Amino acid sequence: MTESETIVQIKGLSKSFPGVNALINVDLDLKHGEIHGLMGENGAGKSTLIKVLTGIYNKDEGQIFFDGKPFELNSPEDAPKFGVSTVYQEINLIPALSVAENIYIGREPTRLGCIDWRAITTHAKTAIKKLDLDIDVTLPVSSYSVAIQQLVAITRALDISAKVLIFDEPTSSLDTAEVEQLFSVMRKLRQQGMAILFITHFINQAYEITDRITVLRNGELVGQFQTEELPRIELIATMLGRDVTEFEGENEGEDSGEPGGEKEVFYQVRGMERKGSISAFDLDIRKGEVLGLAGLLGSGRTEIARLLFGIDRPQKGITRLNGSEVAITSPRKAIGYFFGLCPEDRKTEGIISDLTVRENIILAIQARDGIFKTIPRKKQEEIVDKYIKALDIKTPGSEQIMNNLSGGNQQKVIIARWLASNPEFLILDEPTRGVDVGAKAEIEKLIASLSREEGMAILFISSELEEVIRCSDRVAVLRDRKKLTELTGKQIEDSTIMHIIASEDVG
Amino acid sequence: MSDRRINNENFQKLLWPLVALGLILLFNFFFTPGFLNVEVKDGRLFGSLIDIVNRGAPVMLLTIGMTLVFATGGIDLSVGAVIAISGALAATIIRPDYVKGVLEYGELRPLFMVVSIPLLVSMAAGLWNGLLVAIIGIQPIIATLILMVAGRGIAQLITQGQIVVFIHEPFQFIGSGFLFGLPFPISIVIFMCALTYLLTRKTALGMFIEAVGANPVASRFMGVKERLIKISVYTFSGLCSGIAGLIICADIKAADANHAGFLLELDAIASVIIGGTMWGGRFTLIGSIAGTLIIQSLTTTILTIGIAPEVTLVFKAVVIICVALIQSEDFRRLFTHRSPQLKAKSS
Repeated sequence: MTESETIVQIKGLSKSFPGVNALINVDLDLKHGEIHGLMGENGAGKSTLIKVLTGIYNKDEGQIFFDGKPFELNSPEDAPKFGVSTVYQEINLIPALSVAENIYIGREPTRLGCIDWRAITTHAKTAIKKLDLDIDVTLPVSSYSVAIQQLVAITRALDISAKVLIFDEPTSSLDTAEVEQLFSVMRKLRQQGMAILFITHFINQAYEITDRITVLRNGELVGQFQTEELPRIELIATMLGRDVTEFEGENEGEDSGEPGGEKEVFYQVRGMERKGSISAFDLDIRKGEVLGLAGLLGSGRTEIARLLFGIDRPQKGITRLNGSEVAITSPRKAIGYFFGLCPEDRKTEGIISDLTVRENIILAIQARDGIFKTIPRKKQEEIVDKYIKALDIKTPGSEQIMNNLSGGNQQKVIIARWLASNPEFLILDEPTRGVDVGAKAEIEKLIASLSREEGMAILFISSELEEVIRCSDRVAVLRDRKKLTELTGKQIEDSTIMHIIASEDVG
Repeated sequence: MSDRRINNENFQKLLWPLVALGLILLFNFFFTPGFLNVEVKDGRLFGSLIDIVNRGAPVMLLTIGMTLVFATGGIDLSVGAVIAISGALAATIIRPDYVKGVLEYGELRPLFMVVSIPLLVSMAAGLWNGLLVAIIGIQPIIATLILMVAGRGIAQLITQGQIVVFIHEPFQFIGSGFLFGLPFPISIVIFMCALTYLLTRKTALGMFIEAVGANPVASRFMGVKERLIKISVYTFSGLCSGIAGLIICADIKAADANHAGFLLELDAIASVIIGGTMWGGRFTLIGSIAGTLIIQSLTTTILTIGIAPEVTLVFKAVVIICVALIQSEDFRRLFTHRSPQLKAKSS
């Protein structure tokens, strides 16, 4: 490919925030008529890159060229002027306005100083026809599905004469047919010479539609690849930051490590499904066992945790607790059955930052017991002090405001909250994220002792594959919102798991 | 060490309203002769101070309910209208035929009935607010605006648009009686305050309220009954307004659907904010009560030093702005240049 086809060229881009280097010396070039995949795990720097490209952040260092000219943005409003438009996962249209109004908002055609509504409608109709879409443009956007709304957003972008389209995880809330519809539009645009940057977590989709893939990890560029020439295993290895040679040679797949010693099933899930979130899966949660969920970001790990804990409701599926059928439809019910959940998003779902350490720990037990069984202050302090000691939580005291604790210690407080409630089944969703190395090891040790010594059933989720492997007795492998298989004993190995994730669609 | 620092933080929150209150009282001590005198006549307390608290009693009751509503991250605009409803009901129960033009009294209605029906209806009004907010998910300011507007209409319907005047000795006691030497409204405030304090601080209820206000999602994930708690605080706020309505109605021996409790919701909200309770999260009852006292003593002061009543509102506004600014950590930092990060960032 010749240089002249390049429309956006990024050279040595760096961006840092206090304490974090979000992007370090990243290069990327985007060509006319290509779909370029941008992939990476959490914290890889994908969203920072997009935000720099769309003028939300200013770059610290590096150069960006657009059509050979320097590309300087002072505000997000400048990006469309250059011809760079973004279609977000969360659609940024105005739901209550009509399709036509949304397409022309801010640049309405006028006649004699008044808005020419007829022109808006007719223009919108022709614009939307270009995407082979036949909808009533006078209806409000909110009356259409997410997929159609995205196409409307694309129409709007195209009508502002976009030359570069950025798709930020557009497919995460679409079903298969809708994804196909979106892809056919994307292919059409590619033919017309549009440059498309496509951010996704779905490996299959990346292979289906992209021409090239750029992988970022921890803010650094790992590589730019021709999709056709990139084996799946290598893509996954680069995203996870592993050396691909480690995994060369098919793994022999020694069958099950310890066939005997099947542990008692505590909670059994059969055929649980929630459309757009995870396809039907079976799961056995056993006492005294750590079940790990392995998979890339967006593979459905957190979705499973939310379903099990009753935060989201499944559409299908049977669940049995100790053999008898139960329906866990709310976190309250789950807690009533002695479940506990350390959620993935610590800040918004886990801690209550304005309250004290003591209150953050006591709340869950107190919520289960109700206010008529208020735990006396003295007893509360005993419980709290016990766990501050046991988990080595670094706080000046139990009355410290949660906000003043470091991330790792906040995480420990959340774990303490559930341990104090004597759970039988504990779901840990990314308990070690944003936690320093020392605290990480402590949490891992804790998990092991809880399951072995206390006989607790644990579901362990982490983006770090090694950690899942280290901690789990059994591992369920997920990809693209589907449970692929389960591994036990000696089968639990990097290479096996990576090969399973990399395998072409298994049904 | 740490405990002392945290107590300090709580104390600091309370400190500024108390300082403001102190300043107003001090001003009065110098400029209003006999302001601080409290006399005992026939075993009853009299004096400007007692008067301020007594006049402030209805707003203090509103403030108690409003504080809890604020702590859950809500607001209750309907308290003034509920006052009107409660008063209108009480008066109409005492003189049911008055609106038809019958001026004679029938039999003396039992006090129990005159008190309990308005209070139950007030709680129902609060429950309605709570359902709109917690179940239907309407923004609190909109949800309670409905009753703020409609409530006065309902009160008008009850009294048929008339000012119902009455005589009912036992009921009047609520507005102008004395208990243990204190005006009865003050006794009610003390009782309600103590009750609320015990309910929220001696049980886990206060912690639940603060948790729901500070982080509703995390609270739900911990199994806190978020909706029930929201419904309860709005119902409680309705009850407080109902009691305030009875006090006002019993005091003036009349129900005025148009003016009873008019704009008192604003005084209650201002009191809560002056008292240092911010939207969603931590609340301090004592702070809110201090807030009410500031507003009430300010109003009294302005009147006693002879400033025209029309300007009262401007003075109120100035004081509220000042106290709110002092409360704001960001504002204080402008003068102290002290970064909050220095505080207790441990580990």
